[in-house]
Amino acid sequence: MTESEIAIRVRGVTKTFGEGASAFHALDNVSVDIRKNEFFTLLGPSGCGKTTLLRLIAGFDQPTAGRIELEGQDISHLAPFRRPVNTVFQSYALFPHMTVAQNIGFGLEMQDRPKDEVRETVARMLRLVRMEALADRRTDQISGGQQQRVALARALAPHPKVLLLDEPLSALDYKLRKDMQIELKRLQAETGITFVFVTHDQEEALTMSDRVAVMNQGAILQVGSPREIYDHPVERFVADFIGDTNFIEAELVADESDGAGTARLRLATGHEIATALPEGMRAPRHVTVAVRPEHAAFAAPGEPAALAGRVESIVYFGTDTHYHVELSGGGRFVLRRQNSRDAAEILATGVDVAIRLPRGSVQVLRD
Amino acid sequence: MQGQGDSAAAPARAITAREGKGALVSAARRREVRVSWLLSAPALLVLLCAASGPLLIVLVYSFLTAGDYGGIVWSFSGEGWFKVFLARDIFDDTVSIADAHLTIFWRSVRLSLLTTLICIALGFPTAWFIATRSRESRNIWLFLITIPFWTNLLIRTFAIMEVIRSEGIVNSVLLAAGVIRQPIQIMYTDFAILLGMAYVYLPLMVLPLYAAMERLDFRLIEAAYDLYASRRRVLRRIVVPLVRPGLIAGSILVFIPSLGAYVTPRVLGGGKNMMLGNLIELQFGQGRNWPLGAALSLTLLLIVMVALIFYVRIVQKEAASRE
Repeated sequence: MTESEIAIRVRGVTKTFGEGASAFHALDNVSVDIRKNEFFTLLGPSGCGKTTLLRLIAGFDQPTAGRIELEGQDISHLAPFRRPVNTVFQSYALFPHMTVAQNIGFGLEMQDRPKDEVRETVARMLRLVRMEALADRRTDQISGGQQQRVALARALAPHPKVLLLDEPLSALDYKLRKDMQIELKRLQAETGITFVFVTHDQEEALTMSDRVAVMNQGAILQVGSPREIYDHPVERFVADFIGDTNFIEAELVADESDGAGTARLRLATGHEIATALPEGMRAPRHVTVAVRPEHAAFAAPGEPAALAGRVESIVYFGTDTHYHVELSGGGRFVLRRQNSRDAAEILATGVDVAIRLPRGSVQVLRD
Repeated sequence: MQGQGDSAAAPARAITAREGKGALVSAARRREVRVSWLLSAPALLVLLCAASGPLLIVLVYSFLTAGDYGGIVWSFSGEGWFKVFLARDIFDDTVSIADAHLTIFWRSVRLSLLTTLICIALGFPTAWFIATRSRESRNIWLFLITIPFWTNLLIRTFAIMEVIRSEGIVNSVLLAAGVIRQPIQIMYTDFAILLGMAYVYLPLMVLPLYAAMERLDFRLIEAAYDLYASRRRVLRRIVVPLVRPGLIAGSILVFIPSLGAYVTPRVLGGGKNMMLGNLIELQFGQGRNWPLGAALSLTLLLIVMVALIFYVRIVQKEAASRE
C-alpha cells in the first residue's frame, strides 16, 4: 500500500479513561491503515473499543498516546469542526428545530459556502437519498428509516474525505436494515468517499465491507477482506465471533517436504493433514484449529476419515441442514450441508459417520 | 299465533323500557354533575377567595372616592384612574401628564428588563455548568442554588446593603487597598436596586434554564461540532434555540416579580428611587389614596399581562411554524 492510497492512518493509539487503579484502557496500542475509497468496518462486541476508535477519528475524544493521520496530516488533536470527516450517529442526532433540508444544509452553511451552492447541494443530496418530497418536514415527522437517510445526507453533503458510521442501522427493523445495507453500498460507490463503519453485527460486516477489522478488548485482532476473515481467522476470538466454528485440538508435526510456512497436523485420531501456518509459528507444538461447519464433509466408505463419531441430532434450516456429531474421542462437531433436491442419502440420528477435512478447511489458530 | 302476537307487542315494550332507562340515565347524570360540583368546591372556593375575589375588590376600589384618612368612600369616581397617568395642578386646575408616575413606570420596566438580562448573562453559564456536571453532583449544585430561598428576603437584602454601603465591605476593602480615596456611593442608586434584584431572582432564571439544558441531547452538540460549527456557532444555532423554552420561562419568572418588587428597591433604592411596588404602597400608606393605589396595582397587572401576551404570541408562532 503506497502512502497516497491511505485515507486514515492510526499509529499506536491508546485511549485511557480515568486514572490510577480505576483507569480503563478502551484502546491499547492500536494501529491500522484505512485505504481511500474503501468500505472499512470495525467489528466487535460491545465494549471492544470500536466506537472509541471512531470517536478519536471524528475528534470527539483525543488519544492518550499515539497519532491519527488523515491523508498524511496529523489530526490527533484537531477539533472536530476542523476535520474533513463527518459522522452518522447511532441516534442520528438530527437537529429537532430544523427541517430535513436545513439539517442537510447545516454543514455546508457552517463552512460558509455560498447560498446557491448550499441550495444546490441540498437538492442533490435529497435526490441521492430519495427524500425530495419530505424536504420541508420536521425531523420528528418522518420515520426511522427516513431519519437514517437524512442523517446520511447531512453527513455526506459537505463531501468529507472520510465518513464515519456508528452502528447506523442498529435502530432499524430487519427488512429496513437489509434495504439500507444495499443503499449504503450504493452511496459509497456513487460518492467515492471512504466509509468507516462500526458494527457488532458480523453479517452486516461480511456483506458490506471491502475490509474488516475485528476488535476485542481494545485491540485489533485481525484485518482483512470478509473472505479472509471468515475463511482464515487467525485467532480463536475471531473464529468464534464470526460465524459458527468447530474447534479441534491437534499436534503440529514438523514437515520439511511441504516447504516453509506449512506443516503437518496430527489429529487425536492419528489422521494427518497438511496445513498452512500463521506467521511466526513453528512446529512442533500443540495447537487449536478451527473448521467451519460447511467446510467439512462426510467421508464415503473407504475414504480416509479425519474424524469419526455418531450423529446426535439433525437440524433442518431450509437452505441447509446442520448435523451435530458426537466425536468418538469426545467433543462435538457441527457439519453443515447444503440441501439439494436430489440429496441422495438421508442420514439419521444415531448413525456412525466418518468426517473428511479437505485441504484448506483447517485453520491453525494463534493460541 | 302466539309467536306473532309476541313479536307485535315486543317493540312497544322496548320503547317504554328505553324511556324509563332514559329517565334513569338523566337522573344518574344529574347526580353525577352535582357530585362533581361538590368535589370541585374546594378548588373553586380557593380560586374565588384567593384569586378573582381580591382582584374584584381592587377593581371596585379603583373606581371609588378616596377617604380623608385612607380607606374609601362608597361613591363612584374616576379620580383614581385619572391620577395614574395625569396630574391636575392644585392652583389653576390645568391637566398635565403625571411625570412622576411615568418616571416610576419607566424605571420599573427598565430595571426589570435589565435585571432579566443580567440574570440571563449570569444564569446561562451557571445552568450550563450544573447541567454538564455528573448526575450525582448536579443535585449538590442545585441545592446550593436554592439555599438563598430559605433565607428571608429582607435579611438577604440587608446583607447586600452591608456589602455595598459606604462603610460596607466593598468600600472598606477598596479604601484599604488604596484603590479609592473616598467611599463610592452605591446605596440608593438604580445600580444598587439592580444588583439586589439580580441577586434575589437569579435562581428563578437558573432553575428553568437548567431544566431545559438537562433535557438537551448533547449528541446534537457533537453532531454540530462534527459539521464544522465552531463553539460560538454551536451555542447560537443549536444550544440557544433548543433551551429557548427554559430561557423564556426564566425571563418571565424574573421579569414579573422584578416589576412589582417592593422590598429590594425600598431598602437599596431608598425613598428617592421608587419602583411601582413602592408607589403602590405609598398610596395605601402615607398617600391615603386607596383608589389610586388600586388603579396603580391594576396598571401593574396590565403591564404584566401585555408581557405575557407577548410571550404567548411567540410560543404560538413557534408552534405554528412547526406544523
